Amino acid sequence: MANETKGNWWIWKVFWILLGITTFEVALGMIKPDFLMGEFLGTKLINHVFIILTLVKAAYIVLEFMHLGHETKGLKWTILLPAIILIPYLFFIILTEGGYAYMMM
Amino acid sequence: MTQSIENTNAWEGGVRPYNASYGKLMMWFFLITDALTFSGFLVAYGFSRFKFQDLWPVAEDVFTHFPFMHGHHPLLFVALMTFILIMSSVTMVLAVNYGHKMEKEKVILWLSLTIVGGAIFLGSQAWEWAHFIHGLDGVPATLVSNPYGHALFADYFFFITGFHGFHVFSGILILTVILINVIKGTYEKRGHYEMVEKVGLYWHFVDLVWVFVFTFFYLV
Repeated sequence: MANETKGNWWIWKVFWILLGITTFEVALGMIKPDFLMGEFLGTKLINHVFIILTLVKAAYIVLEFMHLGHETKGLKWTILLPAIILIPYLFFIILTEGGYAYMMM
Repeated sequence: MTQSIENTNAWEGGVRPYNASYGKLMMWFFLITDALTFSGFLVAYGFSRFKFQDLWPVAEDVFTHFPFMHGHHPLLFVALMTFILIMSSVTMVLAVNYGHKMEKEKVILWLSLTIVGGAIFLGSQAWEWAHFIHGLDGVPATLVSNPYGHALFADYFFFITGFHGFHVFSGILILTVILINVIKGTYEKRGHYEMVEKVGLYWHFVDLVWVFVFTFFYLV
Protein backbone atom coordinates (compact mmCIF):
# COMPACT_ATOMS: atom_id res chain seq x y z
CA MET A 1 0.00 0.00 0.00
CA ALA A 2 1.94 2.98 1.26
CA ASN A 3 5.11 1.09 0.46
CA GLU A 4 4.59 1.48 -3.25
CA THR A 5 5.92 5.00 -3.03
CA LYS A 6 8.20 4.41 -0.03
CA GLY A 7 11.80 3.41 -0.70
CA ASN A 8 13.76 0.72 1.05
CA TRP A 9 15.23 2.76 3.90
CA TRP A 10 12.58 1.66 6.42
CA ILE A 11 13.50 -1.99 5.85
CA TRP A 12 17.10 -1.32 6.78
CA LYS A 13 16.00 0.75 9.76
CA VAL A 14 14.04 -2.21 11.13
CA PHE A 15 16.98 -4.50 10.32
CA TRP A 16 19.39 -2.41 12.40
CA ILE A 17 16.92 -2.25 15.29
CA LEU A 18 16.49 -6.06 15.26
CA LEU A 19 20.23 -6.64 14.97
CA GLY A 20 20.98 -4.09 17.72
CA ILE A 21 18.53 -5.69 20.14
CA THR A 22 19.83 -9.21 19.42
CA THR A 23 23.44 -8.11 19.91
CA PHE A 24 22.48 -6.43 23.17
CA GLU A 25 20.69 -9.59 24.36
CA VAL A 26 23.68 -11.81 23.54
CA ALA A 27 26.08 -9.40 25.26
CA LEU A 28 23.82 -9.28 28.31
CA GLY A 29 23.63 -13.09 28.33
CA MET A 30 27.42 -13.36 28.27
CA ILE A 31 28.19 -10.63 30.81
CA LYS A 32 25.29 -11.31 33.22
CA PRO A 33 25.60 -8.08 35.23
CA ASP A 34 25.14 -8.60 38.97
CA PHE A 35 22.43 -6.00 39.40
CA LEU A 36 20.15 -7.99 37.06
CA MET A 37 20.54 -11.28 38.93
CA GLY A 38 17.98 -10.56 41.65
CA GLU A 39 14.66 -12.39 41.77
CA PHE A 40 11.53 -10.61 40.62
CA LEU A 41 8.09 -12.14 39.99
CA GLY A 42 9.35 -15.71 40.09
CA THR A 43 12.39 -15.37 37.85
CA LYS A 44 15.61 -13.42 37.51
CA LEU A 45 15.41 -9.74 36.61
CA ILE A 46 17.61 -10.38 33.55
CA ASN A 47 14.96 -12.75 32.18
CA HIS A 48 12.36 -10.00 32.33
CA VAL A 49 14.72 -7.81 30.31
CA PHE A 50 15.11 -10.62 27.72
CA ILE A 51 11.36 -11.14 27.46
CA ILE A 52 10.59 -7.42 27.06
CA LEU A 53 13.29 -7.05 24.37
CA THR A 54 11.94 -10.13 22.59
CA LEU A 55 8.45 -8.63 22.54
CA VAL A 56 9.89 -5.42 21.07
CA LYS A 57 11.56 -7.47 18.32
CA ALA A 58 8.35 -9.39 17.71
CA ALA A 59 6.42 -6.12 17.41
CA TYR A 60 8.81 -4.81 14.76
CA ILE A 61 8.63 -8.04 12.76
CA VAL A 62 4.83 -8.25 12.86
CA LEU A 63 3.97 -4.58 12.47
CA GLU A 64 6.63 -3.61 9.92
CA PHE A 65 7.95 -6.68 8.09
CA MET A 66 4.55 -8.37 8.02
CA HIS A 67 2.96 -5.02 7.36
CA LEU A 68 0.23 -5.54 9.96
CA GLY A 69 0.74 -2.06 11.39
CA HIS A 70 -0.40 -0.62 8.05
CA GLU A 71 -3.46 -2.85 7.51
CA THR A 72 -6.98 -1.78 8.45
CA LYS A 73 -7.71 -1.42 12.14
CA GLY A 74 -10.13 -4.38 12.06
CA LEU A 75 -7.61 -6.80 10.57
CA LYS A 76 -4.89 -5.61 12.92
CA TRP A 77 -6.88 -6.31 16.08
CA THR A 78 -8.41 -9.54 14.73
CA ILE A 79 -4.90 -10.93 14.46
CA LEU A 80 -3.32 -9.32 17.52
CA LEU A 81 -6.00 -9.70 20.20
CA PRO A 82 -6.22 -13.52 20.31
CA ALA A 83 -2.43 -13.70 20.55
CA ILE A 84 -2.13 -10.92 23.14
CA ILE A 85 -4.90 -12.32 25.37
CA LEU A 86 -4.56 -16.11 25.01
CA ILE A 87 -0.81 -16.61 24.97
CA PRO A 88 0.12 -14.67 28.15
CA TYR A 89 -2.85 -16.29 29.91
CA LEU A 90 -1.67 -19.76 28.86
CA PHE A 91 1.85 -18.97 30.08
CA PHE A 92 0.60 -17.59 33.38
CA ILE A 93 -1.63 -20.52 34.21
CA ILE A 94 0.72 -23.33 33.07
CA LEU A 95 3.85 -21.87 34.62
CA THR A 96 2.03 -21.37 37.91
CA GLU A 97 1.05 -25.01 37.70
CA GLY A 98 4.65 -25.97 36.92
CA GLY A 99 5.84 -24.21 40.08
CA TYR A 100 3.17 -26.03 42.07
CA ALA A 101 4.18 -29.40 40.55
CA TYR A 102 7.75 -28.68 41.66
CA MET A 103 6.67 -28.03 45.25
CA MET A 104 4.59 -31.22 45.33
CA MET A 105 7.42 -33.53 44.23
CA MET B 1 -8.54 -2.56 -6.69
CA THR B 2 -11.16 -2.68 -3.96
CA GLN B 3 -14.81 -1.85 -4.13
CA SER B 4 -16.30 0.51 -1.62
CA ILE B 5 -19.17 -0.65 0.56
CA GLU B 6 -21.54 2.03 -0.76
CA ASN B 7 -22.19 0.55 -4.18
CA THR B 8 -22.24 -3.11 -3.15
CA ASN B 9 -24.28 -4.83 -0.50
CA ALA B 10 -21.70 -6.28 1.85
CA TRP B 11 -23.89 -9.35 2.51
CA GLU B 12 -23.94 -10.40 -1.14
CA GLY B 13 -20.22 -11.05 -1.42
CA GLY B 14 -17.74 -9.40 -3.68
CA VAL B 15 -16.46 -7.21 -0.85
CA ARG B 16 -13.10 -7.78 0.72
CA PRO B 17 -13.31 -7.99 4.51
CA TYR B 18 -10.73 -5.72 6.14
CA ASN B 19 -9.65 -4.61 2.70
CA ALA B 20 -7.41 -7.68 2.46
CA SER B 21 -7.59 -10.36 -0.21
CA TYR B 22 -8.94 -13.83 0.56
CA GLY B 23 -5.50 -15.43 0.33
CA LYS B 24 -3.83 -12.93 2.59
CA LEU B 25 -6.56 -13.17 5.20
CA MET B 26 -6.37 -16.96 5.22
CA MET B 27 -2.59 -16.83 5.55
CA TRP B 28 -3.04 -14.60 8.61
CA PHE B 29 -5.58 -16.98 10.12
CA PHE B 30 -3.25 -19.92 9.52
CA LEU B 31 -0.39 -18.03 11.15
CA ILE B 32 -2.52 -17.32 14.23
CA THR B 33 -3.22 -21.04 14.66
CA ASP B 34 0.45 -21.80 14.10
CA ALA B 35 1.43 -19.17 16.67
CA LEU B 36 -0.87 -20.84 19.22
CA THR B 37 0.68 -24.24 18.38
CA PHE B 38 4.19 -22.96 19.03
CA SER B 39 2.95 -21.24 22.21
CA GLY B 40 1.66 -24.61 23.36
CA PHE B 41 5.09 -26.18 22.79
CA LEU B 42 6.99 -23.42 24.52
CA VAL B 43 4.59 -23.34 27.45
CA ALA B 44 4.93 -27.13 27.83
CA TYR B 45 8.69 -26.61 27.88
CA GLY B 46 8.20 -23.98 30.59
CA PHE B 47 6.05 -26.32 32.65
CA SER B 48 8.64 -29.12 32.60
CA ARG B 49 11.42 -26.69 33.30
CA PHE B 50 9.61 -25.29 36.34
CA LYS B 51 8.68 -28.75 37.56
CA PHE B 52 12.19 -30.20 37.19
CA GLN B 53 14.10 -27.01 37.90
CA ASP B 54 16.70 -28.83 39.99
CA LEU B 55 17.61 -31.15 37.12
CA TRP B 56 17.26 -28.67 34.26
CA PRO B 57 20.50 -27.82 32.45
CA VAL B 58 21.65 -24.26 31.84
CA ALA B 59 21.49 -23.75 28.06
CA GLU B 60 24.81 -21.90 28.03
CA ASP B 61 26.59 -24.98 29.33
CA VAL B 62 25.07 -27.10 26.57
CA PHE B 63 25.45 -24.98 23.44
CA THR B 64 29.03 -23.80 23.63
CA HIS B 65 30.52 -24.75 20.27
CA PHE B 66 31.30 -22.67 17.23
CA PRO B 67 32.51 -24.06 13.88
CA PHE B 68 36.30 -23.99 13.35
CA MET B 69 36.85 -22.52 16.81
CA HIS B 70 37.96 -24.23 19.98
CA GLY B 71 36.98 -23.42 23.50
CA HIS B 72 33.88 -22.20 25.25
CA HIS B 73 31.64 -19.94 23.16
CA PRO B 74 28.18 -19.87 24.66
CA LEU B 75 25.39 -18.16 22.69
CA LEU B 76 27.67 -17.20 19.81
CA PHE B 77 26.47 -19.77 17.29
CA VAL B 78 22.76 -19.25 17.99
CA ALA B 79 23.35 -15.51 17.75
CA LEU B 80 24.78 -16.11 14.28
CA MET B 81 21.78 -18.28 13.35
CA THR B 82 19.45 -15.53 14.56
CA PHE B 83 21.37 -13.03 12.44
CA ILE B 84 21.07 -15.27 9.36
CA LEU B 85 17.31 -15.60 9.81
CA ILE B 86 16.80 -11.85 10.39
CA MET B 87 18.89 -11.23 7.28
CA SER B 88 16.74 -13.59 5.22
CA SER B 89 13.68 -11.75 6.54
CA VAL B 90 15.17 -8.50 5.26
CA THR B 91 15.81 -9.95 1.80
CA MET B 92 12.22 -11.23 1.85
CA VAL B 93 10.77 -7.75 2.53
CA LEU B 94 12.96 -6.38 -0.24
CA ALA B 95 11.53 -9.00 -2.63
CA VAL B 96 7.98 -8.05 -1.58
CA ASN B 97 8.78 -4.36 -1.96
CA TYR B 98 10.12 -4.83 -5.50
CA GLY B 99 7.07 -6.97 -6.23
CA HIS B 100 4.90 -3.93 -5.48
CA LYS B 101 6.96 -2.01 -7.99
CA MET B 102 6.65 -4.85 -10.56
CA GLU B 103 10.42 -5.12 -10.91
CA LYS B 104 10.74 -8.78 -11.85
CA GLU B 105 14.54 -9.01 -11.98
CA LYS B 106 14.94 -7.60 -8.47
CA VAL B 107 12.22 -9.87 -7.08
CA ILE B 108 14.16 -12.83 -8.51
CA LEU B 109 17.41 -11.59 -6.95
CA TRP B 110 16.06 -11.00 -3.44
CA LEU B 111 13.85 -14.10 -3.42
CA SER B 112 16.86 -16.22 -4.39
CA LEU B 113 18.91 -14.69 -1.59
CA THR B 114 16.09 -15.43 0.86
CA ILE B 115 16.22 -19.11 -0.17
CA VAL B 116 19.99 -19.12 0.28
CA GLY B 117 19.59 -17.58 3.77
CA GLY B 118 17.03 -20.22 4.72
CA ALA B 119 19.31 -22.99 3.48
CA ILE B 120 22.25 -21.65 5.49
CA PHE B 121 20.04 -21.52 8.57
CA LEU B 122 18.96 -25.15 8.05
CA GLY B 123 22.57 -26.19 7.63
CA SER B 124 23.48 -24.40 10.85
CA GLN B 125 20.68 -26.18 12.63
CA ALA B 126 21.92 -29.53 11.35
CA TRP B 127 25.36 -28.66 12.76
CA GLU B 128 23.81 -27.66 16.07
CA TRP B 129 21.85 -30.93 16.24
CA ALA B 130 24.94 -32.99 15.38
CA HIS B 131 26.83 -31.39 18.25
CA PHE B 132 23.92 -31.80 20.64
CA ILE B 133 23.48 -35.48 19.74
CA HIS B 134 27.22 -36.11 19.98
CA GLY B 135 26.86 -35.31 23.68
CA LEU B 136 29.49 -34.98 26.39
CA ASP B 137 32.41 -37.29 27.20
CA GLY B 138 31.19 -40.04 24.91
CA VAL B 139 27.63 -40.02 26.29
CA PRO B 140 25.26 -39.23 23.42
CA ALA B 141 21.96 -37.35 23.69
CA THR B 142 18.90 -39.37 22.73
CA LEU B 143 15.17 -39.10 23.33
CA VAL B 144 15.55 -41.39 26.35
CA SER B 145 18.52 -39.81 28.09
CA ASN B 146 21.15 -37.12 27.64
CA PRO B 147 24.31 -36.07 29.46
CA TYR B 148 23.14 -32.48 30.03
CA GLY B 149 20.29 -32.92 32.49
CA HIS B 150 16.68 -34.07 32.61
CA ALA B 151 15.65 -36.34 29.70
CA LEU B 152 12.81 -33.97 28.76
CA PHE B 153 15.33 -31.23 27.97
CA ALA B 154 16.57 -33.11 24.91
CA ASP B 155 13.02 -34.10 23.95
CA TYR B 156 11.89 -30.49 23.87
CA PHE B 157 15.04 -29.46 22.07
CA PHE B 158 14.48 -32.00 19.30
CA PHE B 159 10.77 -31.35 19.13
CA ILE B 160 10.66 -27.54 19.21
CA THR B 161 13.74 -26.75 17.12
CA GLY B 162 12.82 -29.67 14.86
CA PHE B 163 9.30 -28.36 14.31
CA HIS B 164 10.69 -24.91 13.64
CA GLY B 165 13.33 -26.35 11.31
CA PHE B 166 10.58 -28.17 9.42
CA HIS B 167 8.81 -24.83 9.01
CA VAL B 168 12.00 -23.38 7.55
CA PHE B 169 12.29 -26.40 5.25
CA SER B 170 8.67 -26.02 4.06
CA GLY B 171 9.30 -22.29 3.64
CA ILE B 172 12.24 -23.01 1.35
CA LEU B 173 10.09 -25.35 -0.76
CA ILE B 174 7.26 -22.79 -1.03
CA LEU B 175 9.71 -19.97 -1.81
CA THR B 176 11.24 -22.11 -4.55
CA VAL B 177 7.85 -22.75 -6.15
CA ILE B 178 7.06 -19.02 -6.02
CA LEU B 179 10.50 -18.18 -7.43
CA ILE B 180 9.90 -20.50 -10.40
CA ASN B 181 6.57 -18.76 -11.00
CA VAL B 182 8.23 -15.35 -10.83
CA ILE B 183 10.87 -16.46 -13.35
CA LYS B 184 8.18 -17.87 -15.65
CA GLY B 185 6.40 -14.52 -15.51
CA THR B 186 3.19 -15.85 -13.94
CA TYR B 187 2.74 -12.81 -11.68
CA GLU B 188 3.80 -10.40 -14.40
CA LYS B 189 0.83 -11.72 -16.43
CA ARG B 190 -1.45 -11.64 -13.39
CA GLY B 191 -0.62 -7.99 -12.87
CA HIS B 192 0.49 -8.25 -9.24
CA TYR B 193 2.98 -10.05 -7.03
CA GLU B 194 0.64 -10.81 -4.14
CA MET B 195 1.80 -14.44 -3.94
CA VAL B 196 5.26 -13.17 -3.04
CA GLU B 197 3.66 -11.11 -0.30
CA LYS B 198 1.76 -14.12 1.06
CA VAL B 199 4.76 -16.42 1.18
CA GLY B 200 6.58 -13.44 2.72
CA LEU B 201 4.10 -13.43 5.61
CA TYR B 202 4.86 -17.09 6.24
CA TRP B 203 8.60 -16.53 6.05
CA HIS B 204 8.52 -13.64 8.54
CA PHE B 205 6.44 -15.78 10.85
CA VAL B 206 9.17 -18.42 10.83
CA ASP B 207 11.63 -15.68 11.80
CA LEU B 208 9.22 -14.50 14.51
CA VAL B 209 9.00 -17.99 16.02
CA TRP B 210 12.79 -18.27 16.04
CA VAL B 211 13.01 -14.99 17.99
CA PHE B 212 10.92 -16.62 20.73
CA VAL B 213 12.72 -19.97 20.57
CA PHE B 214 16.02 -18.08 20.85
CA THR B 215 14.82 -16.30 24.00
CA PHE B 216 13.11 -19.18 25.76
CA PHE B 217 15.52 -21.94 24.83
CA TYR B 218 18.87 -20.20 24.84
CA LEU B 219 18.68 -16.94 26.78
CA VAL B 220 16.24 -17.32 29.67
